[in-house]
Amino acid sequence: MPRKTFEHEIQKIKDDVLVLGSMVEQAILDSVEALKTRDIEAARRIYTGDQLVNAKRFEIENAIMIAIATQQPMAHDLRLLASMMEIISELERMGDYAKGIAKINILMGEQPLLKPLIDLPRMAEKDVDMLHRALTAFIHEDVETARTIPQEDDEVDALYNQIYRELMTFVIQDPKAIERANWLLWAAHNLERVADRVTNICERAIFVATGELKEIDVSDDELIAP
Amino acid sequence: MSQAVISKNPYVFEVRDLNIFYDDFKAVTDVNLKIERNKITAIIGPSGCGKSTLLRAFNRMNELVPGTRVEGEVLFDSQNLYAPDVDPIEVRYRIGMVFQKPNPFPKSIYENVAWGARIHGYQGDMDELVERSLRSAALWDEVKDKLDQSGLSLSGGQQQRLCIARAIAVEPEVILMDEPASALDPIATLKIEELMQELKKDYTIAVVTHNMQQAARVSDYTAMMMLTGDSRAGTVIEYTDTKVIFTMPKDKRTEDYVTGRFG
Repeated sequence: MPRKTFEHEIQKIKDDVLVLGSMVEQAILDSVEALKTRDIEAARRIYTGDQLVNAKRFEIENAIMIAIATQQPMAHDLRLLASMMEIISELERMGDYAKGIAKINILMGEQPLLKPLIDLPRMAEKDVDMLHRALTAFIHEDVETARTIPQEDDEVDALYNQIYRELMTFVIQDPKAIERANWLLWAAHNLERVADRVTNICERAIFVATGELKEIDVSDDELIAP
Repeated sequence: MSQAVISKNPYVFEVRDLNIFYDDFKAVTDVNLKIERNKITAIIGPSGCGKSTLLRAFNRMNELVPGTRVEGEVLFDSQNLYAPDVDPIEVRYRIGMVFQKPNPFPKSIYENVAWGARIHGYQGDMDELVERSLRSAALWDEVKDKLDQSGLSLSGGQQQRLCIARAIAVEPEVILMDEPASALDPIATLKIEELMQELKKDYTIAVVTHNMQQAARVSDYTAMMMLTGDSRAGTVIEYTDTKVIFTMPKDKRTEDYVTGRFG
């Protein structure tokens, strides 16, 4: 291995991508937990904590740029670095979704939840589980796993649809509930988008391993177009 | 050799089962490839893998080394360069060459360019030919006021462009370049690379380079060579679109080479 320095640089960037992934996973879980418990203080912390996610993303982006400029990566190295550039942008967006849920929590103020949250935490857990496995598949270049994870998006879509229908029944029964229903729907929509972005990470995992760059077909089963 | 076979053949060269020996030593084995017209084809690979030997087979330069033997065919415009009735001198006019170290003659800039055309019996306007060749080599503006000065008075990068002007003055179809920029500084290197993009409109270029970034920047196709088999002779292990070679090569050995893990 005549490129120890470069290998080391790549390893450091990979590690940092996983760190960024963990930060985002935690933010998603925390934002939903804070919403569920109506913990506005926690929501504020998550809201401002998104700056750390953004800062980490810029730090990794910078490291990738330096590696490209100084090491002239080719072939697999190039695909890996280019993919990580893409993935950190996906992760940052997922962080924004968590921030969005925290913002909803803050906006709701003293108003109680329209209903106790059951499916939203399930969505969040499913998202985080998929995200975690997608990042692991990316690091290990596990093409098989990367191809199967996007299929699980159906489960997230099903939860989203369930939440949507349930909230609609509340609104039909009591049109004054529309604002509180909307807040929860907004949160659910954010979580639905997270799973879609996990698919993009899986696409990159396949690209790094095989050089094949194409969209993974997943059925768009959510009721409302993203 | 019949002049100007205006063939529709998109390939200038077609190499068939080429083997090249230096006495008993087999340097290049089983090469089969086609070189496309008006494209730049790069030959890359680790030192000693036969890149330059293969390049020199395209204009019969190898036989200037005693003991060299060639098996197989190199078709140039569909005609085998190694057929018994082919004159190697004529071959080298049609297929010019530029070397690693600029090697202008110890003569004036003008004579460097005019020389080949003159001994080849050029009957046209020599001043015009010299200017046109120097312009094509992107050197005219820098030397037009000192054409009578020695070619050796120029900088390395200018000397190399003078050699390119000298090569194109005899109006070849192909220009072979063996590490044309490896003795030049980065700016002179980029000038040569830009020049190659201009030249390919009129000529076909095959270039050997150790500089992978250069191959990636300038070429349309890339042939990856490697020593293989028990004989440890060089052969082409992967030959495809340059974009593919540097982003998703098929062969693990190409991958290792272009990513700097081997060689």
